[in-house]
Amino acid sequence: MSATALPAFRAPNPILAFIRAQPLGAAGLVVILVMGTAAVFAEVIAPFNPEAIDFMSMLAAPSADHFFGTDAFGRDILTRIIYGARTALTIGFLSSFIGCTAGGLLGVASAYFGGRADLLIMRLVDIVLSFPIIVLALVVVAVLGKTAVLGIDLNLVFAIAIPIIPRACRVVRSAALSVRQMPYIDAARAGGYSSTHIILRHMAPNVLAPYLILLTAYVAQAILLEASLSFLGLGVQEPKPAWGLMLAGDSANFYQEAPWMILFPGLAISLAVFAFNLFGDSLRDWLDPKFRT
Amino acid sequence: MAEDTHHLSRRAMLAMPALVYGTAALGQTPAGEPQRGGTLQYAVAAEPPTYDLHQTGTFAVMHRVAPHYSTLLQYEQFNYPNIVGDLAQSWEAAPDQLTYTFRLHPNVRFHDGTILTSEDVRASYARMIAPPEGVTSNRQPAFGQIGAIETPDPLTVVFKMKRVDASIMDTFVSPWNSIFSAARLRAEPNWPARNIMGTGPFRFVEHVAGSHWVGQKFDGYFKQGKPYLDGFRAITMAPSAMVNALSGRQILAEFRGFTPVERDRIMRGLGADGRTFESSWMLHMLLSFNNEKPPFDDVRVRRALSLALDRWGGSTSLSRISQLGAVGGMVRPGSEWSSTPAEMERWPGYGRDMAANRAEARRLLREAGQENLSFTLMNRNHQPYVTAGIFVIDQLRQIGVRAEHQQVELASWYANQGSGGFEAMIDSFTQLSDDPTNVLVKYISKDRAGVATARAIDRELDRLFDAQAQEIDKAKRKQLVGKFEDRAFEQAHLVPILWFQRLVVLNRRVQGWTMSPTHMIYQDLADVWLAPERG
Repeated sequence: MSATALPAFRAPNPILAFIRAQPLGAAGLVVILVMGTAAVFAEVIAPFNPEAIDFMSMLAAPSADHFFGTDAFGRDILTRIIYGARTALTIGFLSSFIGCTAGGLLGVASAYFGGRADLLIMRLVDIVLSFPIIVLALVVVAVLGKTAVLGIDLNLVFAIAIPIIPRACRVVRSAALSVRQMPYIDAARAGGYSSTHIILRHMAPNVLAPYLILLTAYVAQAILLEASLSFLGLGVQEPKPAWGLMLAGDSANFYQEAPWMILFPGLAISLAVFAFNLFGDSLRDWLDPKFRT
Repeated sequence: MAEDTHHLSRRAMLAMPALVYGTAALGQTPAGEPQRGGTLQYAVAAEPPTYDLHQTGTFAVMHRVAPHYSTLLQYEQFNYPNIVGDLAQSWEAAPDQLTYTFRLHPNVRFHDGTILTSEDVRASYARMIAPPEGVTSNRQPAFGQIGAIETPDPLTVVFKMKRVDASIMDTFVSPWNSIFSAARLRAEPNWPARNIMGTGPFRFVEHVAGSHWVGQKFDGYFKQGKPYLDGFRAITMAPSAMVNALSGRQILAEFRGFTPVERDRIMRGLGADGRTFESSWMLHMLLSFNNEKPPFDDVRVRRALSLALDRWGGSTSLSRISQLGAVGGMVRPGSEWSSTPAEMERWPGYGRDMAANRAEARRLLREAGQENLSFTLMNRNHQPYVTAGIFVIDQLRQIGVRAEHQQVELASWYANQGSGGFEAMIDSFTQLSDDPTNVLVKYISKDRAGVATARAIDRELDRLFDAQAQEIDKAKRKQLVGKFEDRAFEQAHLVPILWFQRLVVLNRRVQGWTMSPTHMIYQDLADVWLAPERG
């Protein structure tokens, strides 16, 4: 009897698999990576200093010297968009991470404890959810004011993160409820592990998929919120480059004479949000077996 | 200053000489017979931090509150700076200029029906000269030479001077000197901060914060036949919204001023229904250092930061996009008290060689051990202050100084200004006349003037200020003003950035309003009327 050699097992490359399965999501990921690279290496990539006024180039139209034109102070718009990506991504990721993590843990805890604790947490979530996300962020940023650490306004980050918490909490709780019914949770309880241990070591890792999807989706929301708050004068302040801020102030005054002042920052916001939404949706489809076709 | 009834393109405006030093309301005449009725709807860009004219200096209060109050004197309509009586029927100065006697109009009624007497004038002036506890007075230093106020009868007020004050008539005519009811002040000295009750042409109806302020014609107004309007409604709105509201005819006026671009856009919308006015402005932007906080207690640091500002370059460029215009010292450029551009170039930060200025600034910072200086620059959150903030931060960046821009609401800005809760701030100062005493008060010691935001003590500046204030001879006084400016720039407790250029656009229906080099006068609306809509 001769033995037949089986072909060696090769695990599929998850990145290639994702690209094949979700080409639109992959396109979104490429845009995110380009933005991320621009944000990290802004000093190298950007042709000018984002805050440098150039009186000789005020309101210059797009040209070989300034690809996206200049604003009312002669500042290069391409440079400010590149640096603005840093602001958007930093605040976007931080806010989404804090909001989704806090919300996720609260959701898992709510599902684990059940009963009155679950009822109380969910009613609190309902109350916070009754406020529109922008209104809640406005209130929080107005109350907290500004506290800059390493150039990042932490209160702005919290103002954006707080409205995310109840939304993440509700989604993660629904996923955690099914995990709560699993025999290994009962086994862990029977084994005498503490509630904190069970929540962090046994339940939280099993709701990682919805958590990651939420994290990605809320980066887009956070970028939009940061842009909105900056546009309203409650977020990033001049002369720091931020996309929403670039649409405010002088852009409103000069939109007829220099439409490029609003066109390119507007496109940057739209593209970033579109990319994160595409990636987030695709990630959900890819990670959730129910959406696989 | 001139009224321009034709639309000017931005290009045409740029081609015009950038600086128009108007001093008199030439060419402004009332158009036709005043008509009665109607409600004037106009915009104001900021919320009032208080209702009390004695305690503030912002247009956000003046443009809402002025129609409710009267003053002793006022500037004559269409004839600035000629002075006429308001509550005062007549007045006279003693030959030695140490006594001023005012005779009041009889039967002047407050909005609550009580009759105004000389005691109301005395109580109001006493409150400004020596404010009781819990009340601040922005006007206190201007009245420093008044020794006593006497009221020999209900219609006569006599001001006894300690010394001659060369600018006392300009001080009396100030629209900030509103006359309050003595009875109300006796009951609660801070009553006017949150209540309105005067003898002006309009009675107060309501103030909805963030929305509007409404006044209604006061039928008992002491000037026969006035006001012409039934009422007014001052709407709070952002400057960008004002442009749309004015060009869309939802409001008829905004009295503070617009940028050249905004003016052109409104005129494109209004066409023949719009009128524009242009004037130099007794308003300048300042960079104020908190002298109580290190390192701004070091003159080398302050002077270095002033040296870093390219005022000449900023003037040419910022005038294209904002209301900021002329380079000037502490008195309005082009006025009889002003230094010439050649004289200005002697001051630190006014030399045209910016490379040399910046090198000297870096040297001073090195010497002071502040090469890597960084601080927070507090500012208001509306234009053109934000523009000035961006400009200053960029200029400081070029000498290696990092400034964090902290933009806050007006009320918060005033609170920090008053409490010294700032390191450096973008400030402004507006005057009612070119008289140096009115202007230089901003630069004297903090214990002499509430408006001296730099919180410095400089007795040499105080001495020069007092000397010019008492000098009747104009040539000698101008010399003293020059010495004051030299000393103030050398110490740089707070320094001018640029002066403003005033551009006002009104709907043609608004008549009887007078343009002037200050946006704080002619705002009681007693002479304003509305022409009928065309077609």
